[in-house]
Amino acid sequence: MFARLHEIADPVIFTFDGVSIRAERGQTLATALLAGGVDVFRWSVVGGVPRAPYCLMGVCFDCLVTVDGVQNRQSCLIEVRQGMDVRSQAGGRQVNTAGVR
Amino acid sequence: MSTALTRDFAVVGGGLVGAAIAVGLARVGLKPLVLDGEDLDMRASRANFALVWVQGKGVGAPHYALWSKASAELWPSFAGDLFENTGIDVRLRQTGGFSFALSRDELDHLREDLETIESETKRASPPYEVLSHNETKERLPELGREVVGSIYSPADGDVNSLRLLRALHIAMQRAGIDYRSRHLIDKIEPVNGAFRLTGRWGSVTVQRVVLAAGIDNQRLSPMVGLSTPLRSSKGQILVTEKCAPFLPFASGTIRQADEGGVMIGDSEETNATTVAEHTDVATVLARRAIKTFPLLADVNVIRTWAGFRVDTVDGLPIYEQSAQFPGAYVVTSHSAVTLAAGHALSLAPQIARGSLSGDFDPFRSGRFHVRQAA
Repeated sequence: MFARLHEIADPVIFTFDGVSIRAERGQTLATALLAGGVDVFRWSVVGGVPRAPYCLMGVCFDCLVTVDGVQNRQSCLIEVRQGMDVRSQAGGRQVNTAGVR
Repeated sequence: MSTALTRDFAVVGGGLVGAAIAVGLARVGLKPLVLDGEDLDMRASRANFALVWVQGKGVGAPHYALWSKASAELWPSFAGDLFENTGIDVRLRQTGGFSFALSRDELDHLREDLETIESETKRASPPYEVLSHNETKERLPELGREVVGSIYSPADGDVNSLRLLRALHIAMQRAGIDYRSRHLIDKIEPVNGAFRLTGRWGSVTVQRVVLAAGIDNQRLSPMVGLSTPLRSSKGQILVTEKCAPFLPFASGTIRQADEGGVMIGDSEETNATTVAEHTDVATVLARRAIKTFPLLADVNVIRTWAGFRVDTVDGLPIYEQSAQFPGAYVVTSHSAVTLAAGHALSLAPQIARGSLSGDFDPFRSGRFHVRQAA
């Protein structure tokens, strides 16, 4: 859906739901995911329908993902890092799941 | 609105109280004109905690304890009616409610209040249980260690209060009620047994008028020979991100809304001058919530808001028809969610008939003037 304007010059590699994605160091996680071909970041809490970033500036909360075990991170406000373990979300945030911070 | 306009009935205020009364009047065949204020007026109807709550209400005022109980009992049929008329499910949940105590003293106070209410109502108040920490934890496995105990009463519950406000407004529309927003009332003049209501929008003459304008009742009621002494009471609420359900009961301080957000509340400031939120108040609320349910420590708060309660000097509602100017009524209540069913199904038909039953006598504003009269 999205194409990069420039070749990646300084790559980092992270995973989304276990699949490796290459990104440019310094870009936001949201744009790294979009450029990596991800168009569903999560399934909404109430209606269970697919969601992707909308505002890309920290307001809409539609770009939420789980990053290194922490739920509901706004991917548009986080810089992508080497080795990040990023997961899509489905339904509400779990509050009592063992192993989740 | 033309100056020549006349109507039989007006309700001043389109919040939870005014809208519930208007819907109740429509049920018995009246079509009141509803005059509402501005969007940004102080609107407790958009800042409340959404409880349908009886527990602990009415210490020293058994009439209030029983009125709250009666309304909670009317709620299932009221919610059913609203769903039938509007298609909106207000998410009524009456699975009971807890009051959590973080010290032995707190638990003793809670218990003493309920014992007082029980005896003052001659045991007509709803049943309750005083639970130890372990007994509470059996029902709420996520409970924190610092909770000493709790009170549980099956009569309590909650709704989605924004859906409620919307359902009431749609019900008004479907009933053909003329609702006007941005119609602030500057003055009310009794004229030959009727009332002329005037604002920047024009004026209207009505035979009967119900004042349900929340905080603004304080200003309006003297114009019809009544009084509404309020005290300043500001409350603040924290709201978390939406979470998977973990709290299937209501409580006075923490509840999980039907869509998953956890509401943390019950602060009170009595000397506040602005409606702005304070981080120090938020800190106290958050700390207490985490002691009650430690799993909340990791949950993000995404919103906080504050509002002014519609709180009379003694905390009890005012229901009264003006003796000086019959046909004018004042309805002032802090618990507009709990009492919505009572306002629509029980109070409104009495207003329509032209007199309130003796059950409402103790709610008259004369109670504030006893010392002056003596």
